[in-house]
Amino acid sequence: MTEPAAVVLDSASALDIAQLRHVRPRHWGRIVSATCLLVLLALLVHAFAIGQINWATVGVYLTWPTILAGLLNTIIMSVCAMALGIVLGVAAAVARMSPNPVLRSTAIGYAWLFRGTPVILQLLLWFNLALIFPVLGIPGLWSARAVTVITPFAAALLGLGLNEGAYVSEIVRAGLLSVDAGQYEAAKSIGMSHSLSLRRIILPQAMRVVVPPLGNQFITLVKTTSLASVIEYAELLHNAENIYYSNAKVMELLFVAAFWYLVVVTALSFGQAVLERRFARGIARAR
Amino acid sequence: MTPIVSAVKVGKSFGTVQALSDITMDVAAGEVVCLIGPSGSGKTTFLRCINQLERFDSGALFLEGELVGYRRAGDRLHPLAEAQIAQQRRATGMVFQRFNLFPHLTALGNITEGPVQVLRQRPAEAAEHARSLLAQVGLSHKADAYPSQLSGGQQQRVAIARALAMRPRLMLFDEPTSALDPELVGEVLAVMRDLAERGTTMITVTHELSFAREVGHRVIFMDGGRVVETGPARELLSNPQEARTRGFLAAVLS
Repeated sequence: MTEPAAVVLDSASALDIAQLRHVRPRHWGRIVSATCLLVLLALLVHAFAIGQINWATVGVYLTWPTILAGLLNTIIMSVCAMALGIVLGVAAAVARMSPNPVLRSTAIGYAWLFRGTPVILQLLLWFNLALIFPVLGIPGLWSARAVTVITPFAAALLGLGLNEGAYVSEIVRAGLLSVDAGQYEAAKSIGMSHSLSLRRIILPQAMRVVVPPLGNQFITLVKTTSLASVIEYAELLHNAENIYYSNAKVMELLFVAAFWYLVVVTALSFGQAVLERRFARGIARAR
Repeated sequence: MTPIVSAVKVGKSFGTVQALSDITMDVAAGEVVCLIGPSGSGKTTFLRCINQLERFDSGALFLEGELVGYRRAGDRLHPLAEAQIAQQRRATGMVFQRFNLFPHLTALGNITEGPVQVLRQRPAEAAEHARSLLAQVGLSHKADAYPSQLSGGQQQRVAIARALAMRPRLMLFDEPTSALDPELVGEVLAVMRDLAERGTTMITVTHELSFAREVGHRVIFMDGGRVVETGPARELLSNPQEARTRGFLAAVLS
């Protein structure tokens, strides 16, 4: 097979050639791989459609009161643990950057301890706190039996929130380090105290760097709340399990739980996009 | 009349490096003082000591008669608490070489931030003052622009307005035109000249000798952390007495 003849320019044909229609290149590889993927996807859908799963049951349990109660508990726990995590994380990040060695090492130790042990172990520790401290309280002021104070909610909040704070502290620290030192000086030069300059000048700029990994962290947390099922916290997965223990519709209820986790995580991703736009103000390349 | 700035044997060391030694000078109200000298001569460090971005560690520095950064207890000087230092800083406005505008706030937001957050002015009142300052630096039309949308010269003019918004008794300029493209230097110097004509007390670290000659009342030449020579601007620049001053001026002007 011979190569197609190259188009040779001579003065007579140049104008004709310039008027020809340009054909776009065809990407055969892309077309083939896309077709393969679509076929595989169709096979997967088909398999689930004819599989031993009762989709009607999935539909019924999607809005089952116990499931919705579990969903609500999952959302409440995620929001509370994240709020606790952000408060602790910001405090630990600021402490970590302090010139005071005691503050700095405390912050380092905190991150080391809580990042270094599995969350499920931390949850179990908090839940069983009564084994070492039967009575909690401030001597002379207030005290209560640990088993009544450390409810599944309290144990899950402490376990997840403290663990979250350890991760958030590193994210916030990265954000603080990303702000130019000149910004601290400019804030001081207009008479701002350290805390005011952090709140008004430094943190708003750090947020631009902090929001994407923090969103990631929040999404991880929503799913990690399912671990609280081991300490009897009535979150989404825990309630789904309780239902299938009694009716044996295991896959149907797992699908129901998966559906709601996806809904929550999708909503969070939208929220994150809004926050990212909010904190990109004044930055030329806001992507 | 009490001088605005009164430095008596001010010294500062960074570890083993003596950055400032025995700096003694007065700056009177309405005076424009230009600090010149080779890099590393301590002129920027001295400026930063005045508004306590650096802490001097010997001697005494007074702002309008008030000891800066320390309180006296017996025969010792103890450093002030952070809140008191912040309070003292309000008396001085600082303009940085690299502008250091707040990138997440508009030009107007940059200017009103201090008055609203630190001086607790009402936002409307602060905005009104900010608009008049923007007019003063010729940027009325840029009130809603973010720093990233402004040229270097415009950013520096906003930075000057931001410092003025605190109604400081003294303005400090740290090489305000060194980071600018050459064609933008003039607009910033014009704003500074205007300030000088309004009677603003200014201390400027600068390499713009023509500005020092035309606008400065007094020039102080520093080298090796010491004041080498001080005198009326025109006199010192055209007829320096010290060999080191002559050497520096010859090198800069050549």
